[in-house]
Amino acid sequence: MPHTSLISVHTQDDRLTVAGRGAWTSEHAAELEQVVNETVATYGKPAAVDFDLAGVERMDTFGALLFDRLRRSWSDQGVATQVQGVAPRYKILIDELAGADHGERPPPRRREAIVEHFGHSVVDSGKDALALLNFIGATIAAMWRVLLRPRKFRFTAMVNQIDRVGFRAVPIIVLITFLIGCILAQQGIFNFRRFGADIYVVDMVGVLVLRELGVLIVSIMIAGRSGSAYTAELGSMRMREEMDALRVMGFDPIEVLVVPRVLALIISLPMLTFIGSMSALLGAGLVSWGYGGITPDVFLQRLKGAIDLDQFNVGMIKAPFMAATIGVVACLEGMRVGGSAESLGEHTTASVVKAIFLVIVMDGLFAMFFAAINM
Amino acid sequence: METQSQTPLPGAANGKDAIIRVRDIVVGFGEKIILNHLDLDVYRGEILGFVGTSGGGKSVLTRTILGLVPKREGLVEVFGENLDDLSERERSALERRWGVLFQQGALFSSLTVKQNIQFPLRENLKLSQRLLDDIAFTKIEMVGLKPDVAEKLPSELSGGMVKRAALARSLALDPEILFLDEPTSGLDPIGAGEFDELIRTLQQTLGLTVFMVTHDLDSLHTVCDRIAALAEGKVIAQGTIETMMQAQHPWLRAYFHGARARAVQRGRG
Repeated sequence: MPHTSLISVHTQDDRLTVAGRGAWTSEHAAELEQVVNETVATYGKPAAVDFDLAGVERMDTFGALLFDRLRRSWSDQGVATQVQGVAPRYKILIDELAGADHGERPPPRRREAIVEHFGHSVVDSGKDALALLNFIGATIAAMWRVLLRPRKFRFTAMVNQIDRVGFRAVPIIVLITFLIGCILAQQGIFNFRRFGADIYVVDMVGVLVLRELGVLIVSIMIAGRSGSAYTAELGSMRMREEMDALRVMGFDPIEVLVVPRVLALIISLPMLTFIGSMSALLGAGLVSWGYGGITPDVFLQRLKGAIDLDQFNVGMIKAPFMAATIGVVACLEGMRVGGSAESLGEHTTASVVKAIFLVIVMDGLFAMFFAAINM
Repeated sequence: METQSQTPLPGAANGKDAIIRVRDIVVGFGEKIILNHLDLDVYRGEILGFVGTSGGGKSVLTRTILGLVPKREGLVEVFGENLDDLSERERSALERRWGVLFQQGALFSSLTVKQNIQFPLRENLKLSQRLLDDIAFTKIEMVGLKPDVAEKLPSELSGGMVKRAALARSLALDPEILFLDEPTSGLDPIGAGEFDELIRTLQQTLGLTVFMVTHDLDSLHTVCDRIAALAEGKVIAQGTIETMMQAQHPWLRAYFHGARARAVQRGRG
């Protein structure tokens, strides 16, 4: 027979008297639920039940709900129940809950099964590709409109973006490419020395940095630094209906928001690539001097012989294409953000991952192209 | 009889128990002083309507009481405890005893309505899933929503439904004090009326004390037991709606006797 600090039960013939006491509040809800369940299980189906709640000192929704469950578990079986001793201030609450019809509850949200999830991903990646194509088209069309009516071009917005994605990125780009140059040179010298070919480190660093690494490192940095910022900005503007506001005022969000941002990247990224490449060469030169004993004038002499303008051009030609890719992917992901914070995070991640992936794919395609034209 | 007062009235003097006592509060941002030596009492079991100019510091006061905005001077007592003197544990225990309805609802956007309501329960109490669900559906029903809202995400709800769902979440732990920041803003007059009714019912059912920042003259007339008005960083008047109507302060006259106020009164006949 449950005799706890919350409920005590007395039987008399077939009649049950359930007396409540103590605080029937949220702090004791777990205990009370257990007692309620036990009480129902222990006493099965009595002839009648009297509830005496005079001893209940405090009651909140939790207590009232559990009392309601206790009473219903008997009254639903046709057992006559009577309630007495309810303090007036709790009576409203108990009546409220008793009157509640526990209507149809919706089934919980279904999680996708693995196969289903896989199927959705495949379909989604197809849709992604189409959306990207569509967005590239829309951006080019918007640029064309701007070209036809240059007065519509948002010059100030673009300059502001160049300041943010180009100018302010200089310190971190310089630092990172400098370190990469140092590491390349150190590794080159360390390994080439075994063949007595230290001096070739200059050729290696020169070709590698100017053709590939300069533009790749800078693109990846910018995809992480500015691509994510674009997505987050446009995404939160979408969440707050700012995009819709632009649209109903007769502005095209692509013209106002996307074009200046993409153009700013296209202008900034080649400049950053140049700065980054020079900084990497500087790092390589310093390490060659200090670690490999190659003096600066020997380094420069050798560099002049090792590289020609083509090597430099290959790197620089790629930069604006990388910039356009990063800009378009970042803006597209921003425009696709839904209503929740989670969606914003999801699309920002997707923006950076996709941009970096596409940058590397494009780099591969360029490598094939330049090999084909002997550049 | 309440009079216009800026001096603190000790709770015992008028036979009421002050559940929130704000004394001599100064809050500012940089050079700008928003609340200037402000005093306010909220009594147990009442619905206090708090009015004031836009940008005048109504939300700042609410946020100061809740501890979201630091104060420069003064004292905030809730349930008779000075909030500055509490240890972290005591404070979080105290925070469980109040519920807050933010102006935009502030539902967690990645959780369903049901998960939103269950969030504070899960964190604070060890309850069975069945009881958690029962509580969530009871609260959903209490605030007048249909059960099928439970599995929806906040982005799938209309503005009024968001307010109700957020109210359900703020009631999750059966708080003793409920803070409402412009609960009826953004609702149509019928929805706003229903919301007022709801707050009145809940207040009676659950024995709540309600601190309501509002601009809704209808709410002030129908549900508020007492009104406090904020201007120039201070509470310039407090009392029943009748007291407010008779107040001489120019801002109060404009507020309670303006065109919209007259329309509301005509409507009441």
